[in-house]
Amino acid sequence: MQTLQIKNNQSVPVSEIPGMDYGAFFDLNTGLVDRKSQRHCVNYFGIPDGGRILLFCCIADDDEQIIHLSSCRVNPTQKYASFTARLFCFEKFEREIHENFGINYSDHPWLKPVRYAFDRADKSQTIANYPFYSIDSEELHEVGVGPIHAGIIEPGHFRFICNGEQILHLEIQLGYQHRGIEKLYLKPQKLSQLATLAENITGDTVVGHSTAFAQVWESLCGFETTPNMDLSRIVALELERIAIHTGDLSAACTDIAYQLGSSVYGRLRTPIVNFMQEWCGNRLSKGLIRPGQDRFPFTQELADRLSSILDIFEPDFTEMNKQLFSLPSALSRFERTGVVSVADAASIGVVGMAARTSGVNRDIRSSHPTGLYNEIRHEAIVKHHGDVYSRVQLRKNEVIQSIGYLRRLIAGLPVKTENIGLKSPSSNMFALSLVEGWRGEICHCAITGTKGELIHYKIKDPSFHNWLALALSVRNNEISDFPICNKSFNLSYSGHDL
Amino acid sequence: MLSILLIILAAFFFTGIIIRTKSLASGRKGPGILQPIRDVIRLFRKGVVYSETTSFVFQLAPTVYFASVVMAMLVVPFGQSRGVLSFNGDFIFFAYVLALGKFFSIIAALDTGSSFEGMGASREALYSMFAEPAFFILMGSLALLSGHTSFQEIFAYLHIGSQISYALAALATFVLLMIAMIENSRMPIDDPKTHLELTMIHEVMILDNSGFDLGLILTAGYLKFAIYGALIVNLFIGVIPYQYAIPAFFAIQFLIAATIGMIESFMARFRMSHNPQFIVVLTSVSLLIFFGVLLILQKFI
Repeated sequence: MQTLQIKNNQSVPVSEIPGMDYGAFFDLNTGLVDRKSQRHCVNYFGIPDGGRILLFCCIADDDEQIIHLSSCRVNPTQKYASFTARLFCFEKFEREIHENFGINYSDHPWLKPVRYAFDRADKSQTIANYPFYSIDSEELHEVGVGPIHAGIIEPGHFRFICNGEQILHLEIQLGYQHRGIEKLYLKPQKLSQLATLAENITGDTVVGHSTAFAQVWESLCGFETTPNMDLSRIVALELERIAIHTGDLSAACTDIAYQLGSSVYGRLRTPIVNFMQEWCGNRLSKGLIRPGQDRFPFTQELADRLSSILDIFEPDFTEMNKQLFSLPSALSRFERTGVVSVADAASIGVVGMAARTSGVNRDIRSSHPTGLYNEIRHEAIVKHHGDVYSRVQLRKNEVIQSIGYLRRLIAGLPVKTENIGLKSPSSNMFALSLVEGWRGEICHCAITGTKGELIHYKIKDPSFHNWLALALSVRNNEISDFPICNKSFNLSYSGHDL
Repeated sequence: MLSILLIILAAFFFTGIIIRTKSLASGRKGPGILQPIRDVIRLFRKGVVYSETTSFVFQLAPTVYFASVVMAMLVVPFGQSRGVLSFNGDFIFFAYVLALGKFFSIIAALDTGSSFEGMGASREALYSMFAEPAFFILMGSLALLSGHTSFQEIFAYLHIGSQISYALAALATFVLLMIAMIENSRMPIDDPKTHLELTMIHEVMILDNSGFDLGLILTAGYLKFAIYGALIVNLFIGVIPYQYAIPAFFAIQFLIAATIGMIESFMARFRMSHNPQFIVVLTSVSLLIFFGVLLILQKFI
């Protein structure tokens, strides 16, 4: 059997996606990913289809810049062989399908709840009776952290099994932030309301998610973006990357109690987010990206202002980097802490920053570029040690890289074009968009019904895969190093819980 | 008697100066010097909330802890003036009355049944255990050098004359300062500012304390710092008249607080597993002092 091959942001009629029986579907998709480091699963989800479930699997091929689509009808009363038994990277997807539709897998090793969707198949599974992994031993003890934490962070429960100070196992229970975002998309409402929903998927990746939504919607409507829209989106994405990475460097310094780094990086983040305020009236860039329009064109005045902000930002940032990366006490906290091995990273299918720090080159900006990323010819920064130091260094290097891109992008502004109206979405279409947010690959999929209305909307935040990487990274580390490991990933709870 | 007044006065400013130094170093204005005292006064006016899982041990501990620090304060001399209590071997009393207070705070933390507090308690117990030999080898060496066994007599007869004794005083200052950092849970051993329960040592042990009890614990902490500061001052002011000694006392206390503030601003804290290594190093520095004393007394070789 063959898959349907599409490009990033392409939409195809649902009927063109080849359907097959489960055996062929299993062989095809596991065969595509197995031992092929350039391919990974970007989304695998089900939609109810009469009494049966229609599964869609989307496998991205980074070398050929295409996405393989295939589908399969399954019966929720039957038992199926799980992809996970062969490839761990399908683990979360299959758990989600099991939770939502009650599809049973005969050999899934870790079939636990994901996020307790309101209309889940098995209502007896609640957040209070999560089946934690436990070990019986006199020497070991369990430490439970959360869901209410000491800092201003989102809720999530962490259960450690420790031997004294050493962590043997960490299990992360999420789902406290579940708001039913995907279901909210299906309510008939205005386009601006849908765009606002996208902005609120996770508060720290506003540009990433709203760009992914805009691209999906434009693809469904057959809309071609104009050069000035492309420019606004790429500038916003890179600014978001700079702002969050700088803030994360500050937070990493706070966690190792390095006050100088904490306050200097914290201060440096401010002018970047303040620039967003100047540009679109919101420090988190809410309201900036909308399908089919360029609400806040990037003008020459803004370009001049941004380049003067970057001129002040860059020397301070470089000087602080010199201090931090030559401070023995800081390096001793970062180096060889929280290692995710290259083999583990590849097998569990991590994406984005977490992948690139463990030697897996996975960056949508270079592998599935859209808009101006085609012109920039982005080359991903890849680190190989997979420790906290790599993740901190990657942030530093990506900030410097993004500053370089911004300077090139704003050197020549495109001619401003008028907004052209959007048509309504075509009927019975499937659209997929991949965007490299600061944290990693964001995937939005939409399926329209006979009248062009949304009948399914599927969101995948990079945190969805990467939480498992955090759980693996802390094994055999000291429990007191957990906070710095956690911060070095800085994953989203609400992006996972949706 | 004089020493108690001076220690209480120093305790008023000590923590405030550390906080102010850190604020200035990070480019902030920072709270007033007396803010820690204001916080404590606010806490003293409050009631106390006890967790239902705790027993009388938890209620008793803050008082015992505070009392132990006050008792330790009584034996600290100031130059020629004795402490309120002064007897042979009072430095042993000093160390173990503080240890008693620590013991109570550890069992109170265990009493809460929280896994965080249990971890904090085990860390605190381990680090104090490692710090103990350093203190006793240091005080033992000084006792050997002066031929006396009470704080006041040791410090009064400790005259700094030869080059070796300068070196000894510098090393002793380092050891006492570091013990003060360990005992008071400051950087680079512990981070008093952190909100991360998993990395805390002292802070996590008092998570369940509130109101008046918390006020007592904080006050004891401020006093403890000033007490160790006073011990360091005593190394230098043995025979100096009061009109110079008292300003010197405050100057040295200020210097210590500012140094701690600078250390906390410009370095990261140690990885937890490096702490025991660091603390054991203090014992070897104390051994250096011991050998230095043997050299001076010509008992060596």
